[in-house]
Amino acid sequence: MILFAALLAVLVAVVLMTFRTVAGPTTFDRLLAANSIGNGAILIVALYGFLTERPDFIDLTLTYALLNYVGVFAVLKFFRAGSEDEEQAEEAR
Amino acid sequence: MTDILANIVSGVLILAGAGFFLTGAIGFIRMPDLFTRLHAASLSDTTGMALILSGLAVHAGFTVAAVKLVFLILFLLFMGPATTHALAAAALAAGVKPLGAMRHAAKKGPGKAADTVKTVATSEAKAAPKKVPKNTPKNTSKKGRRR
Repeated sequence: MILFAALLAVLVAVVLMTFRTVAGPTTFDRLLAANSIGNGAILIVALYGFLTERPDFIDLTLTYALLNYVGVFAVLKFFRAGSEDEEQAEEAR
Repeated sequence: MTDILANIVSGVLILAGAGFFLTGAIGFIRMPDLFTRLHAASLSDTTGMALILSGLAVHAGFTVAAVKLVFLILFLLFMGPATTHALAAAALAAGVKPLGAMRHAAKKGPGKAADTVKTVATSEAKAAPKKVPKNTPKNTSKKGRRR
């Protein structure tokens, strides 16, 4: 019952974060909200695993956490260093 | 007896974590500015997640799942602040101004607003030379690699 309530709360939170992802004025707002949605997905998978008595889902959450953070840092690096195409064009010159 | 105690502790932890996560999500909607939103996001990303996952670890008892959950909590506690810092630094480098600087400019009046913007710009320019020496060795090393 508690697990179900927590799952519901996290789902509502993810819906609110989705609004910010759509409405965010800057790219960084969207990126921040997307990162938080990824964290929400980790929580949803973990809570659902325990709700259905299958704790093996924790492996999925570990993988998802690693991918989430690698993705965020990749996008940040992209915005900091400019696009890859520019660099390649510079090298071609 | 210990069963009931573990159930109560895990329930309290999970509910508190869900409350924190929901509070952070409401902060996403209510906050006016990227940097204040970062503050709300760090609430849900570290406190909410750590509380929910530790509640699940107590729920699991002494099993492999609990160990994995502890590793997950440790990873998230290290990476959450790192992500927040990287995001704030990238936003500042891209020219996103904090709301406080704009309000300060508006309070000084329209005539002096340009002044404040200038001081913000100069303070950024002052901060920039610090970054330049860091960046130039990178560039030279890149050029060196190219040659």
